[in-house]
Amino acid sequence: MRVVVDLTRCEGYGQCAFLAPEVFAMRRSEALMYELHPADSERTRVLRAAAACPVQALVVDQVHTLGRPAKAAPLKPANGKRPVEVGRIVIVGASLAGLRAAATLRREGYAGSLTLISAEPYEPYDRPPLSKQVLTGQVAADDTALPRRAEFEAEWLLGQAATGLDLAARQVHLADGRKVDFDRLLIATGARARPWPNAAEAALDGVFVLRTNEDAARLRERLTARPGRVLIIGAGFTGSEIASVCRELGLDVTVTERGKAPLAGALGGTIGAIAADLQRDHGVDLRCGVTVEALEGDGDGRLRRARLSDGTTLDVDVAVAALGAERNVEWLEGSGLAAGVWGVACDAGCRAFDVNALVTDNVFVAGDVARFPHPVYEYQFLSLEHWGNAVTQAQVAAHNMISAESDRWPHVSLPVFWSAQFGTNIKSVGVPTFADEVVIAQGSVAERRFVAVYGNRGRITAAVAFDQAMWLDFYQAQIERAAPFPPGPGMVGRPDGLQVMPADVPQRISPAYGATVVLTGHNPDERRVTLQRRH
Amino acid sequence: MAEAGVYEQILDYANRADPYPLYAELRRTPVARQSDGSYVVSGYREIVALLHDPRVSSDVRNIPEIAAEQEAGTALPSSFIRLDPPEHDRIRSMMMRHFGPPHSPGRVDDLEPRMLRIVTDLIDGFAGRTRVDIVEDFAYPLPVTVICELLGVPREDEPRFHRWSQAIIETIDPTTGTVAERERRNMEVRTELGTYMKELVDAHRRRPGDDLLSAIVTDPAVDLRLEELLSAAATLLVAGHETTVNLVTNGLLTLLRNPRVLDRLRHEPDLVIGTVEELLRFEPPVQLLSLRRSALADIDIAGTTIPKGAIISLALAAGSRDPARFPDPDRFDPDRQDNQHLGFGSGIHYCFGAPLARLETQLALGELARRLVNPRLAADPPPYRPNPGLRGPRHLYVEFDDVLPAQAIRASPTG
Repeated sequence: MRVVVDLTRCEGYGQCAFLAPEVFAMRRSEALMYELHPADSERTRVLRAAAACPVQALVVDQVHTLGRPAKAAPLKPANGKRPVEVGRIVIVGASLAGLRAAATLRREGYAGSLTLISAEPYEPYDRPPLSKQVLTGQVAADDTALPRRAEFEAEWLLGQAATGLDLAARQVHLADGRKVDFDRLLIATGARARPWPNAAEAALDGVFVLRTNEDAARLRERLTARPGRVLIIGAGFTGSEIASVCRELGLDVTVTERGKAPLAGALGGTIGAIAADLQRDHGVDLRCGVTVEALEGDGDGRLRRARLSDGTTLDVDVAVAALGAERNVEWLEGSGLAAGVWGVACDAGCRAFDVNALVTDNVFVAGDVARFPHPVYEYQFLSLEHWGNAVTQAQVAAHNMISAESDRWPHVSLPVFWSAQFGTNIKSVGVPTFADEVVIAQGSVAERRFVAVYGNRGRITAAVAFDQAMWLDFYQAQIERAAPFPPGPGMVGRPDGLQVMPADVPQRISPAYGATVVLTGHNPDERRVTLQRRH
Repeated sequence: MAEAGVYEQILDYANRADPYPLYAELRRTPVARQSDGSYVVSGYREIVALLHDPRVSSDVRNIPEIAAEQEAGTALPSSFIRLDPPEHDRIRSMMMRHFGPPHSPGRVDDLEPRMLRIVTDLIDGFAGRTRVDIVEDFAYPLPVTVICELLGVPREDEPRFHRWSQAIIETIDPTTGTVAERERRNMEVRTELGTYMKELVDAHRRRPGDDLLSAIVTDPAVDLRLEELLSAAATLLVAGHETTVNLVTNGLLTLLRNPRVLDRLRHEPDLVIGTVEELLRFEPPVQLLSLRRSALADIDIAGTTIPKGAIISLALAAGSRDPARFPDPDRFDPDRQDNQHLGFGSGIHYCFGAPLARLETQLALGELARRLVNPRLAADPPPYRPNPGLRGPRHLYVEFDDVLPAQAIRASPTG
């Protein structure tokens, strides 16, 4: 059986760890680690755990109580409305968003042809465990396949990269020259690890990135060989989680971070400083405001040293470039869609924009590759690389693909993400970078169990919990109703003397950086946009 | 006002057998002010919101009548279920160290063979009879035996703590007196129970066993004052045998009213898992958290404002049958998906012993379904205990033709 836990829902009740302790384990008070492919002998325990979850966050393969194969789910639209007639649907990208979209299409009654195209040769697998359970060795890298609630009819073209999109002919071009016809298309090609910028250095044996299961397998293998010092370049969530695993494995680790604190790009410098303490308390050699100037190898092409901007040189056997992600949009070049380094722009209904910023009606976008306006955040366009966003946006996109205009949904759920590092569960709701101030509203920073609430010009815009996830529902409702910031007095667990601090969100390079466009024509009927490639 | 009348009817013993139509009426005003100034909350979403709202306190010292009584008395301090963070979090996590994850993840799971043995022995005891009282003969002795063995409380002391436990439960029954009167009686009983627990703790310190209390009192990492430990341990003892009895009894009652589910359980052993979840939604032992919480600030909810200082009652059982959350809520459906019921509450006070109750009840109902031949109710509805908040039958007489022998005790749940 296959299991995945929707950790955006998990509040750390621990019921699964009680009832199936071989499969689910808590670190400290609420960080959950689990097996994705438990032994058959654990089946009853896993079913107990799934049923007991107070927030129903466990997704298990559809299994019948008698052990017979599950019957196909009845094709009944969830909202009672019949889907509109669509001949052929093609989904490019078969990871979490693609899989969830496909399942939603079938659940809502779409009975037409469905094709999933993926450059990766694997069935859809879960990525969050790659930087946690897989690196620690609890779970094998090739054993993270996502469970399917129900089998659905679809044609799977795995290991087939899409290389082009012909909007006029309604065709997706594949690397092998095939052309796949569609009536509606979902773009869910996601993102890839940003490589170390110096290609020769990146090619050294010992330099890694972490995004795919193959990346994780390679890095795991190297960590198992007990290298000397490990260097992590970049202290975002991925880099911090890898550092955490290294410490858990007893490896020496240095983390360099260009900014002033770990996680500062996502949580701001003030809360980032707490994450810095967390790293140092766990023995990480954390160097903020420091970059890596060069990676140096020996005559055999093996990584040996790193030269840092603080003037030091480190002897290292392993370096992991954790520099964030690049969106997989190259295949859309010349397609006429508004696709670029910032992703594929779309409306709140997940419909892609063309280069003129006109909305299309047969091309949809979801997941890491999407860039969409969020009404709660002044209609600014957001690009989110969150597990939870992939799920909710894919469901909205799928629904809208087969719904009449009047039945369409906007994708307006608040962003939620989590990270487990150094035994601590960090969970966020809202957009912490959309803030000027922050307060510790509940709990204790010293104990590292607290809720930080973010505000922007007097209203609550985000909340981040360190091992206090059970309170986040409340703050989510506060964000949704634009409640005043700072939160008022009269709360349990309120620290003495509420202190409003600057959130210290770093100045962002616009995600649209490089989106050079040229306007042509004069009259309204001839004004058009052309995308210019950066050179 | 009409809403207040409905809540009073729910408290009325005459409606104990079937309060559900009244809950439906109550839900029409999901947050309803009562004539005494307190608020009764019955809508699912409203209850969940308040259980996660840091402006809602569980610390009974925020209720002036209780604070006054506590200042005058010298009983044990309130247990963690009547405290807020940070005290609550500290005490609960200390008590959790030897009960569950992260430090003792296998404790409850390891009890499974022993629980099944107790269940089997109790049903074996039905042999030669064709009528039993499920309450006295099964649903009460099962959790009491389990909690005694788990905590390290001598089973032969049962008559003593049974009396205290009943008395404590009575003090949370809102029909047995004013808040102040009930708190006074609660303190008296807690003092007696505390003295008993103190003897027990001393005994375990001298001669530790492999039970929970011994583990706690001998663990230097447990940072609890003696009074906090006594109070928490007393709560676990009381809760451990006043709730599961009702879950098991309500469970068999509901199965006998739904014979097709009972029949399926004989052939589909894993169906009992969803059955118990549905019971926690459909016939939960904890129906009301009556006058237990208070507002630390004005709270805008469901078109009304619960003012700062107001006392709040949460009708969990009404919330779990809210049609706005659960399709066809009055249907008992063991296959129900997305069953986020309120049977164990939600938020930081989520039932401490939930895994124990779930496993006991799954084993109990599974074995009863398998072994009783042609079981039927001697009376429907059965007679109920008085308490509206902790609701369950006083007796459940069940007749049957025969008792099948137990299967060999399984080594693992999949065997």
